Amino acid sequence: MFAFLHKYASLMHFYRLSARWSGWLALATALLMAYGLYGGLVTAPADYQQGDSFRIIYIHVPSAWMSLFVYMCMAGAGAIALVWKIKLAEIWLRASAPLGASFTFLALVTGSIWGKPMWGTWWVWDARLTSELILLFLYLGIMALDNAIEDRRTGARAAAVLTLIGVVNIPIIHYSVEWWSTLHQGPTVSKLDRPSIHIDMLIPLLVMAFAFTTFYFAAALARVRGGILAYDRNTNWVRDLVGRGTVRGHG
Amino acid sequence: MAEFLAMGGYGAYVWSSYTIAALVLGVNAVLARRAERAVLHALAHDLNGDDDDATA
Amino acid sequence: MTPRRKRLLIICLSVAGLAIAAGLILTAFEKNLMYFYSPTEVAEGAAPESRPFRLGGMVVDGSILRQPQGLGVFFTVTDYAHERVVYYEGILPDLFREGQGIVANGQLNDTGVFVANEVLAKHDENYMPPEVADAVAAGKARSGASDGTPAGNL
Repeated sequence: MFAFLHKYASLMHFYRLSARWSGWLALATALLMAYGLYGGLVTAPADYQQGDSFRIIYIHVPSAWMSLFVYMCMAGAGAIALVWKIKLAEIWLRASAPLGASFTFLALVTGSIWGKPMWGTWWVWDARLTSELILLFLYLGIMALDNAIEDRRTGARAAAVLTLIGVVNIPIIHYSVEWWSTLHQGPTVSKLDRPSIHIDMLIPLLVMAFAFTTFYFAAALARVRGGILAYDRNTNWVRDLVGRGTVRGHG
Repeated sequence: MAEFLAMGGYGAYVWSSYTIAALVLGVNAVLARRAERAVLHALAHDLNGDDDDATA
Repeated sequence: MTPRRKRLLIICLSVAGLAIAAGLILTAFEKNLMYFYSPTEVAEGAAPESRPFRLGGMVVDGSILRQPQGLGVFFTVTDYAHERVVYYEGILPDLFREGQGIVANGQLNDTGVFVANEVLAKHDENYMPPEVADAVAAGKARSGASDGTPAGNL
């Protein structure tokens, strides 16, 4: 089994195999985004209570979900990097951090914009908002730590350690609205019960979440491919690839 | 169309959110592609530089 | 034990240890993390007497009394076990209405009225179009439920 996985972990193989994925992921993102935006802004009915302001949900919730999902991907990659010292895992972790930070920022900002008309305030220090803000600081800290360390591999490993330390924040964010009294309401979709959102409103939300996910993989993949070339810069396969006269990028 | 932009009075909130999202995702997309290309260019540069010095 | 297994074990133990530490710290700070007190907690004396705190509850139907002049308004909040009268002068959020959840920031005065300097609306996690909301409300009215709107639990 490990032999099979090791083939994918081989940087050269991954670089070659992933060449086509980027295109498909970008296309999928564009289509899903278009469909989700149309659904969210046009076809979904306005909310009985929040009116059209609720449409911010189509940005806010996918961003928030991604802020957690990307962190878990980084934690997984970090664990693999630390235990099995797989370079691809190091590269994936490093590539994901700015994306995760962006999603967290987006969740916080759109949440704030949504909160002003609905709650009556731009910000409160309740458990949900505070823990999500801590997540942003974690992402930034991971990126700073990685950047501060000269050696690429040591930097990635330090980042992995910090990522794993911060993992405890993820369940805190999710369960904050249940464990403590918060201004932010409880979960609408990610709970064991039936989703408490009308189906016509739910479908664009799921589509947007899917679109954000393919976006993450597309963008991370681009960074990963660059990272692979940097890691393997002195190998023959990279020299062949690069020295072939034309610089092969994405047209 | 005017109704669509007004978003029931919440237009400013809704559209600023969507605009910020477009900017954040757009910047990420551009930076990601640039990162990949930058490495390729830098490595091509290094390689060509090495070849120039080769005498053997 | 191979070095790799050792690393794995150390990582697992560290993460577990941190999780436990975080859990303990959070339970210790629980009171401060609670964003608001309920009317029951206030009635039981769990809330501070002479310091500002936050009170959360549902606005009782028919309890909203606007002053004839100025922005002052009285209303009652409940957690369906206890009630508390709130007085507030200022602009109320869009979502403020009977049956809505609110969180008010302020202090108890001598007569037990909660004088608020800020009132925020808290909405629930339900999203539905108006027709569905009306149908739900009508259904509840038919079955004789006391609060007719599907607006908000705490």
